[in-house]
Amino acid sequence: MKPVFMTYTKKDLINLAVCMVLSVLVIPTFITTEYWYTSILIPWLCLALATIGQQIVMGYTGQLALGAAGFMAAGAFAMFNLILRVPDLGFVGSLIVSGLIAAAFGILFGLPSLKVRGIYLMVATLASQFFIIWMIDKFGWFKNYDSSGIITAQDIVILGKPFTTPLAMYFVCLAVTTVLTLLAMNMARGSTGRNWMAVRDMDIAAESMGVSLLRTKVQAFAISAFYCGVAGALFAFCYLKSLEPVAFDIKLSFKILFMCILGGLGTINGAFIGAAFILLFPVLLNAIGNNVFHGAIDATIISSIEQVIFGGLMIIFMIYEPLGMAKLWENIKQKWKTKISSSTNLKSSLGKKT
Amino acid sequence: MVEELLFFMEVLVGGLLAGTMYSLVALGFVLIFKASATFNFSQGAMVFFSVLAFVGFMQDFNIPFVLAFILAALLMVVVGLCTERFVLRPLMNASEDTVLMATIGLGYVLEGLAQAAWGVEVRRLDLGIGDFPVPWIADNLKLFISALDITAGLVAAIMIIGLFLLFKYTKIGLGLRAVADDAGAASSIGIPLKHIMLLVWSAAGVVALVAGCMWGARAGVQFALVDLALKALPVLIIGGFSSIPGAIIGGLIIGAVEKVLEVYIGPFFGGAIEGWAPYVLAIFFLLYRPEGLFGEKIIRRV
Repeated sequence: MKPVFMTYTKKDLINLAVCMVLSVLVIPTFITTEYWYTSILIPWLCLALATIGQQIVMGYTGQLALGAAGFMAAGAFAMFNLILRVPDLGFVGSLIVSGLIAAAFGILFGLPSLKVRGIYLMVATLASQFFIIWMIDKFGWFKNYDSSGIITAQDIVILGKPFTTPLAMYFVCLAVTTVLTLLAMNMARGSTGRNWMAVRDMDIAAESMGVSLLRTKVQAFAISAFYCGVAGALFAFCYLKSLEPVAFDIKLSFKILFMCILGGLGTINGAFIGAAFILLFPVLLNAIGNNVFHGAIDATIISSIEQVIFGGLMIIFMIYEPLGMAKLWENIKQKWKTKISSSTNLKSSLGKKT
Repeated sequence: MVEELLFFMEVLVGGLLAGTMYSLVALGFVLIFKASATFNFSQGAMVFFSVLAFVGFMQDFNIPFVLAFILAALLMVVVGLCTERFVLRPLMNASEDTVLMATIGLGYVLEGLAQAAWGVEVRRLDLGIGDFPVPWIADNLKLFISALDITAGLVAAIMIIGLFLLFKYTKIGLGLRAVADDAGAASSIGIPLKHIMLLVWSAAGVVALVAGCMWGARAGVQFALVDLALKALPVLIIGGFSSIPGAIIGGLIIGAVEKVLEVYIGPFFGGAIEGWAPYVLAIFFLLYRPEGLFGEKIIRRV
């Protein structure tokens, strides 16, 4: 397929410039505490990337999938083995190949989507989640016969230079995320994305318009798994700095599902908003627990409350704004715009009269 | 040879009886799907919530067994009431997928509430039925079958018969079937939708409580119950989402197949294949018979 490169509007370029200036210049100058990089910014970028993967298959193609963490695990352990066994590949090469390996799993477990949909598909994708984790756990080769269960991730070395400080790792994640996000936006706006959305909105109509369901669905699953795989590799190497199958259990899959839905289905920026919310909210809740109640509330209770709030928000969003926070943000912007434009119209019309 | 056969029988019967445990979870799911065409993803959380409340009443407040059970059942009725009022009614005309995601949210709320109220540690539940082989069967038939498994099987059988009679022969059952068929038409001839929904969710809550008691007595009342309950999903796919007998047969198939595979094929792969075997089995069923063994044929109108 021909890649379609969109012509960007002025607004897009301004948005991109603002984001780049913020992330490359402003954040590194103003945030100096390591905590922010190691516990918030790096996982945020990694999980946002995985959420984009979930968005592609769920938000754009409308296939209910629940196995993102399984593909992340595939990517992470592929990365570990590639660096260990094929050192010539280099970090970036290994990252791409591990994404491709995850994509192969995505194709395999995406095949049931040709036959079933809705909750049936969800169960089929759960198979991938449990199978991949089991496979990594049971075959020692994947873990290089390490008996402790937790393996330390190798140091990141790109072109002979080590990237070991939190700031350097942040830049690695930022670079990968930026490239893949731009690519995802391209795909979403181009013919690929149009096909995805056509399948999502009415698959039978799409098929009769000449969109190949087989190709579109399998492609969406493959690309989604590629994103999750790369995200998983970054998650393990930059954030966890260790590899263990348990880190990629079903809970992480649910977390990514929540990021995707609360952020806003079918939007790329929703992935970033959702990931930020799910990551930052517990931090905020803990801060409130520590500073307002001075630790009077048990940490387990706080995490339970957090779960209740996430679930409650899910219900509330489904009832009032099924398109999530991205749409909410869009609505607020729209309101401001109409307010400003109506007030300027009023002024100009008043001006004409006098 | 005879010994091998006996061993196989033991594995098979053990698997079948363990399968009824999955059936019990699946049953609550079918109940809701049958009456409202809603995929209730929170059934697993309801199992956890109800049995944790039950154990909590007994251990923290020293309420006697029967009273605690009734209280927990009443609590599940309240949960059903709130679900109907705050989740389902606002989502009356929403798409299937939207309701499904809302029930995932509901599951999170229930899990969180249960843990906030009763804590996160594993609790023991003693039903007075031991999880050890029944001596009589062990002596006479040379089969080692747990008493708890047999109880679970009996309880499941009683519930199936009860629900079957309810659906088939009572006016309420007729109303339930009418609502499942076409909610709009049913409400236009005067079937009270609200009451039907409340009834169904309460019944599913009580079924969840019973299922939770069985699971809790075996594995302890803990968060892992929610993950175990996920296995009810392949059960439903095999049996069909709208069939009560299907939930039972599906559970039996999953239970038997996963045990037999684990014992005979598992050792070649390092064991623990029962974690994913049911899901893979479900995929094969989906490819050849997407509506399940007893489900109604899925018809999608364009």
